[in-house]
Parts: sequence; C-alpha cells; structure tokens
Amino acid sequence: MDTSKALARVDALARGARAAAGLVRRLAGTAEDRAEEVLERLLGESFARRMGRVPLALGPAGVDPFGLDPQWAKYALATLGLLHRKYFRTEVHGIANIPSGRVLLVANHSGQVPIDASLIGAAMFMDAEPPRIVRAMVEKWAVSLPFVSLLFSRIGQVVGVQENAKRLLAQGEALLVFPEGARGISKTFDQRYKLTEFGLGFMRLAIETDTPIVPIAVVGAEEQYVSVANLEALAKLLRMPAFPIIPQLLLPGGQLPLPTKYRLWFGEPMRFNGDPDEDDAVIDEKVWLVKQTIQSMLNRGLKERKHIFW
Amino acid sequence: MSETPSFQPRIVSPRIRGATVPLASGGSVLITGICGRLGKHLARTLHRERRVVGVDRRPFLDKPKDIEHAQVDLRRTKLKDVFRAEAIEAVVHLGVMHDPRASAADHHSWNVAGFTKLLEYVGQFQVPKLVVLSSANVYGPQPSNPQFLSEEAPLLGGQNFSDIRDLVEVDMLAQSFFWKLPETETVILRPVHILGTVHNAPSNFLRLNPVLTVLGFDPMVQVIHESDVVQAIELALRPGIRGIFNVAGPEPVPLSRLVRVLGRQRLSVPYSLARSALRRLWALRLTTFPPPELDHIRYVCMVDDRRARQVLGFTPQKSLEQTVLSVDEGRW
Repeated sequence: MDTSKALARVDALARGARAAAGLVRRLAGTAEDRAEEVLERLLGESFARRMGRVPLALGPAGVDPFGLDPQWAKYALATLGLLHRKYFRTEVHGIANIPSGRVLLVANHSGQVPIDASLIGAAMFMDAEPPRIVRAMVEKWAVSLPFVSLLFSRIGQVVGVQENAKRLLAQGEALLVFPEGARGISKTFDQRYKLTEFGLGFMRLAIETDTPIVPIAVVGAEEQYVSVANLEALAKLLRMPAFPIIPQLLLPGGQLPLPTKYRLWFGEPMRFNGDPDEDDAVIDEKVWLVKQTIQSMLNRGLKERKHIFW
Repeated sequence: MSETPSFQPRIVSPRIRGATVPLASGGSVLITGICGRLGKHLARTLHRERRVVGVDRRPFLDKPKDIEHAQVDLRRTKLKDVFRAEAIEAVVHLGVMHDPRASAADHHSWNVAGFTKLLEYVGQFQVPKLVVLSSANVYGPQPSNPQFLSEEAPLLGGQNFSDIRDLVEVDMLAQSFFWKLPETETVILRPVHILGTVHNAPSNFLRLNPVLTVLGFDPMVQVIHESDVVQAIELALRPGIRGIFNVAGPEPVPLSRLVRVLGRQRLSVPYSLARSALRRLWALRLTTFPPPELDHIRYVCMVDDRRARQVLGFTPQKSLEQTVLSVDEGRW
C-alpha cells in the first residue's frame, strides 16, 4: 500500500475524531449544567455541598481507590434523582436508622431489572443525613463490558469479590447486598413479595468485620414488570441468569417499567457476633432472623399500601 | 491505600550469623542484568557505599570505575567464577528477559535455566541475601480481580498471555527457593508498572502520541517511578527482611488521568478493532506490544502494598506527576 496515502487518510481520520471530540465536549458542558440544575431543584441545595458531606476516601487525584469520581456520580445521581422523586415518587421510611460508619444494607431483590438498587442508592444520597454513596457489588461479567464497566467503576460500584467487600467496609462505606441474588429479581408475578432463599455470605461478612446490618424492604418493584413465566431451560441455554416472559414489553411504551409507587422501609440496625467460619446451620439461623425481619417489614408495607400506583 | 502512611519504619536488628557482616557496612552486591536502565540506576545508587559486581551479557558502557562487570551469559558455567572470585553478600536478580520479540525458547531458557543456575550458586556459596525483581504483572489483569491483590493472590498472569509464563515461573522458583534454603533471606518484589527512562512496555506505552485506549474502558492503574523501585531494592537488601512484597507508587488513578497528566491526546478504539489491528501490526513487526497486553488497559491489576509500607518501610518519594512525566526524560 502507498504509505503516504495511508498516512494522509489516518491524518484525516484523526482530524475528524478531534472535531467530534470538540462537539462532544461542548455537549457535555451543557449536560453538566443540566445535571447541576436538576440536582439543585431536587436536593434543595447544590450538589457540591451535599457531596461534600459524604464520607469518602478520595485521593489527591479526586477519585477514591475503587475509581469513584464525584464528577461522574453527579450525572448518575441526577438521572436517578428524577426516577426517585418524579417517576417512582419513592416514599422513604426510617432512613434515620442508618448508622454512621460501615454498614451492610440487606434488601429484598425484585422487579426483573435492578431499579431497586438504584433507588436505594438515590435515597441514601438524597434523603439520608449525612448523605451516603452506596456501594453495590456487580457481576464479574459486567466488568468485561465496555462502558458498563467504566460507568460502574466511576459511580462507586465494585466487582463482587470478598476482598473488595472487606476493604470497602474497612473504609467505612455503606455496602448494599441482595442475598437472594438472581433468584429474587427474576421471580414470576405470582411469587411477588415472597422472599426466596437467602445466601449466607453476607452474614459471615458482617460477623467477620463486625458490621451492623440494616434490613430494607422494597415495596413497589414487583409490579413494575409483570413476569408470567421464567423459561429456565432457555436461560440456561443462553447462559443468562433468567429468561422472564413479560407481556407488557409487546405493548407500545411497555418497555418502560410501570410507574408504580416505590416504598422503601429501612429497619433498625441488627448486630451479630460469633465465629464467621461456623457451620452453615448456625449461620443459617442468624440469616433467618434477617430474612424474617425483612419479610415482616414487607408484609407491613403491603398492608399499609393503599394503591400500587399512588 | 486510603490509610495515611503513619507507620514508623520498623527497625530491623541485623542478625549476626557466623561471619556475616551486617549489609550496611558493605560487602559485594551482585546485580544481574546490570546493563539495563534499571540495573544501571541501581548500580549508581549502590556503588558509593558498597562494592558492586555486575553480570550481564551486554557490555556496560560508561561504567563507573569501581564497578566490576562480567560480561557473562547467566546460563554459562562461567557465572560460577564471579562467585568464586569474591565473597558475595547479596544477589539482586534484575536479569529477567522481558523482550516479547525474542524467541520463546530463548526467552524460556534464559529466564528459567539462567535463574536456576543463579539459585544454585546462591545456595552453594551461601549468599545470605537474594532479591528478585518480579512484577505485579504475574497476577495478570482480569475482570474478576479484586481491586487490590494481596501477595497471596494466585499468579494468573499467564492465563491469557502465555509469554508471561516464564516470569511467573521465575517468581515461583524464587518462592520455592525461599523455603528450600531458609539460611538465605529471599525477597521477592512485585512492583506495579515501572515508569521512567526504562524501555519497558508501560513506559513505551505512555510515550505513544496519541496514547491508545480501549473505548469504554478506563481502568484504575498504579505506577511507580524507577527510582522508587531502586529505593525498594535498597530497603530489601537490609538484613532481616524476607518474603514477598507488592510495591506500588503514588495513589491509583484512572488510566485517562495519567494521559491527562502527560498532556497527550487520547485515541479510544473499540476493543475488537484494537485487537485485530494490533495483531496485524505485531505480525508485521511494527509494534512492540503483544496483543494480549491490551488487557492491561481494560481490566484492573492493582496490588495491595500495605506489607511493603509496614514491613519494608517503603514510601514512594515521587509524586504522580513526577512519576508519569519521567517517561519523557532523557528520551533521545
């Protein structure tokens, strides 16, 4: 190939890319102003002031060791804030129960898509005092996806391995876990608000690191997508965690979750002690206590709820 | 990383073993791979206080007069003469071949056979100290990596990048030597990406203009200045220090931040495109970056360096800016 021609082409490409980057930068500038505006309206104070009260371990470069960057968190929180306050109109109860310092937030998982996690994150930043940034653990495969891995890292989400959990707790962070995992989120509609089996890992972690557990009941997520069946064989074939059948997806606009009203119930902190390497049976008893607490909070929340949508 | 280094450097009492003199007072240090940039840097730092003997098959140009240099291939028995000639107090093994262009067989026999020979003589001549410069690359960048890898993490570097297997093997050989000959204090240092005037992959990577990144990925990275590595080696030479140490420089930052500190342009390319282009370029011998190294700019491979800070007493002296900008110093 003619080298000079190739070089000229590369040069033209580079120039094009630079022009595009300039445009993106300008657009990003307006997006930043918009995000500031939205947040200020939702929070009643500037984002910077609220962020300033979040206990974070930021290094001199302005990012924490896990890659959390408040600049990125701003966009994510502006989006989540709109979902939290305007779309799902979340009612938050008992958020004053969150102790300062390290804490494990344990919640029921539901709704096919993890909106419950985002709204807990939004509530912890927008409604808790002092505001907190929730750290959740993400699946390993999500980290191998472009953009997803970048976004998760910058907004403080970490790969779900034990070392990370321990380190975050040692750093005094609020860690969100769903002991039901994929079993919980892909429940069919007839199973709504019935907790599935809880994993035991979170309890061992809490005992080992002497971390209080705050149980959370999320009411309203089960109705956002109505799943009538879960094709497990197909999911296995496609190597997906679940394959739900959601009829509303076929309707125009049905791809959006239904605008149910979310209710988040934060329970009182629970403390456990003992040997973290105890037999499953012993740990299971403690897990059962947490599970029962969440189930009874769910039952109460459902009883007090007058309507799914308002 | 967040905890401030408020430790007191632990005072290690020199253990007197037989006729062994505490190292601070001198005794010869044998440096393999002394003719590399890092080797020269270390030799220049050490030779004022103690006698330095170098081994490298390359010639040592502009060598300080008081440094003894033997132009020997590590695999040759002639290496033994260096040990016979004088009492060696400590061996610093920097002579690990990283050249991705060298043939696999040559690479392997140099790294593994050469190092085995060296270990044999260290044992035979009862050298009291062995410092091996391994690398944090032995852990390998992986999506499932914890954010900070401890010294006990499995060495999976060769999983997707077979060329790195000999480096893992060198590290393993040193570990088994640690147990086989407890009379020798074996120290394995695993520094993160070394930056400076050295011609290694991370420094060369940051010398690119524009710097290539993978679209949609911006992993957190740790870097260390070459003079901080030299400092860590000096600390490891103190009597009483043994074991494996992860060594990291200033606080971790996203890769894009490094590029910004350098003031360079960044060119983000989708992974599939980057990989196929790099494969083509590699096949044409137009690049020195083997395609699997792309994982380093996609996934995290960071280390927990608490042990080095607490036990070794190591604190990086160079700031992030100094460390990153050093890749452009003395280039020509």
